[in-house]
Amino acid sequence: MAKKIDETQVRRVAKLARLDLTDDEVARFSTQLSAILGYVEKLNELDTDSVEPLAHCLPMHNVFREDVITESLDTELALRNAPQHFESFFKVPKILDEDSGA
Amino acid sequence: MADELLNLTCKQLRDKITAGTVTSVTAVEAVFAQIEALDDKVGAYISTYKDRALEAAQTIDRKIATGKSTGPLAGVPVAIKDNMCTDFGETTCGSKILENFQAPYNAHVIEKLRAADAVLIGKTNLDEFAMGSSTENSALKQTLNPWDLGSVPGGSSGGSAAAVAARMCFAALGSDTGGSIRQPAGFCGVVGLKPTYGRVSRFGLVAYGSSLDQIGPVTGNVTDAALMMNVIAGHDKRDSTSVSNDMAPVCNYLEKLNEDVKGLKIAIVPEFNAGADQNVQNALTSALDVYKNLGAQIIEVKMPHLDYAIAAYYLIATAEASSNLARYDGVHYGHRTENPADYVEVYSKSRAEGFGAEVKRRITLGTYALSSGYYDAYYLKALKVRNLIRTDFTKTFKEADCIIMPTSPTTAFKLGEKIEDPLQMYLADIYTIAANLAGLPAISIPCGLDKANLPIGLQILSPAFTEKKLLRIARMFEGKTDYHNKKPVFQL
Repeated sequence: MAKKIDETQVRRVAKLARLDLTDDEVARFSTQLSAILGYVEKLNELDTDSVEPLAHCLPMHNVFREDVITESLDTELALRNAPQHFESFFKVPKILDEDSGA
Repeated sequence: MADELLNLTCKQLRDKITAGTVTSVTAVEAVFAQIEALDDKVGAYISTYKDRALEAAQTIDRKIATGKSTGPLAGVPVAIKDNMCTDFGETTCGSKILENFQAPYNAHVIEKLRAADAVLIGKTNLDEFAMGSSTENSALKQTLNPWDLGSVPGGSSGGSAAAVAARMCFAALGSDTGGSIRQPAGFCGVVGLKPTYGRVSRFGLVAYGSSLDQIGPVTGNVTDAALMMNVIAGHDKRDSTSVSNDMAPVCNYLEKLNEDVKGLKIAIVPEFNAGADQNVQNALTSALDVYKNLGAQIIEVKMPHLDYAIAAYYLIATAEASSNLARYDGVHYGHRTENPADYVEVYSKSRAEGFGAEVKRRITLGTYALSSGYYDAYYLKALKVRNLIRTDFTKTFKEADCIIMPTSPTTAFKLGEKIEDPLQMYLADIYTIAANLAGLPAISIPCGLDKANLPIGLQILSPAFTEKKLLRIARMFEGKTDYHNKKPVFQL
């Protein structure tokens, strides 16, 4: 029987999720996730055509507050856990090539 | 003497400390002696803070000695699941990606515990990002069940449940997304309460499945669960899902706790319960007899959609997780890969190196369920089934005050037994998941031991925001039984 989610699909999804999976992980996830997706097929036993989706259980919608300035996280504290920072900025590797014209 | 002290409830200890007959320092020292004796084996704690705890205890002892007023947990040593932010030490989530993360603020519940004069003693182990049912998914350490060191403590709040069971704290906080408070409480023979969604602020709780996550207490008895709820429940504007006091007023959960609920109607779902193993079913039957003898009426109901809860949950929870965990990008905090070739590798390699197998599996599944072409078939379908499950509860609660079922289909399973088969691990959550999908409060209390001397959990579910009644119903059973006084015996 064809797998519910083959290795090509696992790789495609992992790329969307920015997860660099090893070949071994791809193979294992394809098998394991196919078993899980096979199990969740049972949802199709239920007719849900006239059922509204329920995203969360509270009868609450938008929660607003007054648009006033309040205290926020101190810059030094916010940067404390950054792998790299420069002055008051998070530092990352260069994201544009020399000849990209940027 | 130390043993006698460690066997006190939170409430008894608090009363002795405020009366000046025991000091908080003595209690903290006793707890640390227990940790030093046992935790090399049990592995409940990721980090402990003895000096800080002793200092906090001294401050509270001084307050009492000078006649100042103190909070409802005055001097009581409490442990915190390590997915709640503390402005001291690390908040690791049991993950390599956050191994060195020092939160810049306290979670709401930490502020509440502090204001109540609790003494925070350490952070407990968990399945990485609270994803798991055995605590075996922790990337940092292994936690064993204090009742049998060859078995799992349950999960994901396995460290909190093991710490309470082994009396290495007087109470702990856990978080529950699909049973992560109740299932380990059941496996470790302690009390675990998942409050109604929105009852306790999640500000500072590291997010996993945001429409499901809820913080709650793990304690040695029902009274202490009520006491902890008095401290942590209530509105917090920093969590937009935290309910206002207008919508659901907080109450004193200790008030009338020892009064039986008159005319109690309990619903059971025989077809659903039949899936549990024989030991568990026998304990359930005996527990229902206890309630019958107290005058309760047992009603058999059908809840046809409960059987679909696991399937709906593992699509909804993983979809939410895939979105929530996008924040671990190797840029703002957490692990970053060394020498990335380009900016995409900053993300993809940092995440690959930082996350463990179960987290990667769930992110992959959740991303798939949300991806173009699959969204309607999986995610949307699951949300519709979620509504059907909630409707089952609404109907049942028109006829009954509560529903009783097992917490888990089995007692604690062996280490390694399910870790290679994720689907089998997921199926262990069959009884706990529905409460999260429907946003309902549910409690697990000890109701017996199986032939191997492992604890069995009894689960009680009630309508949204009826924790007060739920705790009274649980206390009725506890008041007539002795299971909560049984302690694991260590053969070290």
